Amino acid sequence: MIVSKKDIPNFLDKLISEYQVFAPVKEETYTLFKQICSGADAALDAGNTKLPAKEIFFPQSEKLFSYNVSEEGARLEAPVDDQKKVIFGVRPCDAKSLTLLDNVFNNDKYQDPYYLTRRNNTIMIGIGCNSPASTCFCTSVNGGPFDTKGLDLLLVDTGDAYVVEVVSDKGREIAEKAGFAAAADANKDAAAKVKQDAVVTCQVNIDGLKAKLDVNFYDSIWEKIHEKCLGCGACTYLCPTCHCFDIVDEATDCNGCRVRNWDSCAFPLFTLHGSGHNPRTSNKERYRNRIMHKFKYFVDNFNEIACVGCGRCIKNCPVNMDIRVVLEDIRGSEARLDS
Amino acid sequence: MQKLTAQIKDAAKKLLEEKKVDLVIGFAEGSLPLRGTPFFARTSEEADKLTWSRGCENNLANYLRKREDKVAVVAKGCDVRSIVALIKENQINRDNLYIIGVPCNGMIDRKKVNAMLGGREVLAMEENGDTVVLKGKDFSETVNITDLLHSSCQDCRYGNPVVYDELMGELLPEKGEDDFADVKEFAAKSAAERRAYLAKEFSKCIRCYACRNACPMCYCEECFVDCSQPEWIGKSAANTEDNILFQVVRVFHSAGRCADCGACERACPMGINLRLLTRKMVNDVKELFNAETGVNMDDKAALATFTANDPEPFLVKE
Ligand code: SF4
Ligand code: SF4
Ligand code: SF4
Ligand code: SF4
Repeated sequence: MIVSKKDIPNFLDKLISEYQVFAPVKEETYTLFKQICSGADAALDAGNTKLPAKEIFFPQSEKLFSYNVSEEGARLEAPVDDQKKVIFGVRPCDAKSLTLLDNVFNNDKYQDPYYLTRRNNTIMIGIGCNSPASTCFCTSVNGGPFDTKGLDLLLVDTGDAYVVEVVSDKGREIAEKAGFAAAADANKDAAAKVKQDAVVTCQVNIDGLKAKLDVNFYDSIWEKIHEKCLGCGACTYLCPTCHCFDIVDEATDCNGCRVRNWDSCAFPLFTLHGSGHNPRTSNKERYRNRIMHKFKYFVDNFNEIACVGCGRCIKNCPVNMDIRVVLEDIRGSEARLDS
Repeated sequence: MQKLTAQIKDAAKKLLEEKKVDLVIGFAEGSLPLRGTPFFARTSEEADKLTWSRGCENNLANYLRKREDKVAVVAKGCDVRSIVALIKENQINRDNLYIIGVPCNGMIDRKKVNAMLGGREVLAMEENGDTVVLKGKDFSETVNITDLLHSSCQDCRYGNPVVYDELMGELLPEKGEDDFADVKEFAAKSAAERRAYLAKEFSKCIRCYACRNACPMCYCEECFVDCSQPEWIGKSAANTEDNILFQVVRVFHSAGRCADCGACERACPMGINLRLLTRKMVNDVKELFNAETGVNMDDKAALATFTANDPEPFLVKE
């Protein structure tokens, strides 16, 4: 199927009458996913958004329930957002990140109603990346600029039009309803050419990385690696796969709510126990956790790497801590594999 | 710059070889175009990786507090001011610190580069005297460096290190006084306009605390935002008022301590205009107490002195 670029605002306007539609919106020097009220507001040519799309499903601050105690007793309300949504213009790395988060919020032991309800009610329409940035390394972590994991439709930008690839039944339904025309062979060829030309130049070799991480918990390399890291939350909060949270009560007198906020393993409070003991006493243990969680623990638990290669942490770290360099340093380190 | 790099390497190697210091903290070439990254050299071979460029933007004073080892630091003007302030606060032992001072006339702001290129990605930046060449996939543009400098560098009057043990290169010509025109312009707006602007800026805050952590003066063992008993401030980034409160308290805590290095604003991933607040404080401290942070070793820190003539406009109407 194919849709002309000039018909996109119209297509989005129609969706808006039925769904909450989220799309990248221009914010001075970057774009962010926001709910749009008009199809014309979508900024689709600006590379990836500053913050990942995870926020739509797993908001930075989420009210789990609110409560109120009065003479009549206690009242509790736990609203779950079940509005139908469309995410338009999501990049393949962010779409894939949601399939990773699914492991965390939907598994044998636990199903998170807040996240899952949103996931189940959302249609994901992605746009492939014609010119991957120099910091993108999706192809090194089982992704790619036209990868369809986590998507219902994938649009391939061929200049004046998008060639539409149907990925799921949900996607087919929405494409048919929109009445997209069939793509001519020439259009399909153009899409194939675009895909071929979009080269991800940055390659990160992760062969043997997991084997190293399996044994190097006590290795001296961690002393060096973390040294310049400031221990802020920028890389965590900008990462599409980071998912740790902290739960706090915000209450005044008899009214309150329980809120789930994003948390970061870089923070000193992250694993601080009620007793005052903290198993991660310094930045060294915290930064090690960041790498271990993404490239070892997540792999142990779910058989996938918790990094989609979006490069946000690389572009935004205030001290240019570059995860590609860190991984290469670890891989090249002398950690004993037999211990 | 190449000359400075060579000089820095030599100085660092000498210090390490002669065992005058255990460690040299400086910059190595980073992984992005024209990006210096903080670097810790413990051997002469490692010191060979040290460099100097318009991308050495971090304030290295941040790595110097409460160290036990003997350290040399490659420090530009603003780093040195922060170092002086930290020495006065007993966070740095001057006897264990060797300052390799580097005169600085400004660092390049990558956010400005990106804004100028309007979405095109810069793949290489080459310094060429007063200009810099920005190169990308299908373009090459020559831009005046002064247009790309961090706003803190445009305002900076202390690019020359005020204290050093060894100076790299030569001192640069002194600049005139800072007129704080930006602060005054903002102060002249109506309260409603100011409130609206701050609300817009701080609605972008994601509470990553990169600003706090990049600031050499923010070193409380427990930051008030992290404390949960009592909970001084809401933890949710969705509340713009709390985001403003966080920053306002941070700024108050750095009264007379902030060297206007701009490290906080440089660190902010969301591009929030943090210096609007920090500079208001710098301006107030200067006007009320005629004090400037870390400009010499002798002045007492503004918060550590009291004179009977101190103005108290906030207590009594004068
Ligand atoms: S790696 Fe960079 S962004 Fe991440 S915590 Fe450290 S300083 Fe902050
Ligand atoms: S670790 Fe970095 S590159 Fe990987 S997904 Fe997270 S932000 Fe993107
Ligand atoms: S603030 Fe001054 S000393 Fe600091 S980087 Fe800018 S010009 Fe250099
Ligand atoms: S660095 Fe920016 S986004 Fe992060 S907490 Fe500070 S002001 Fe907020």
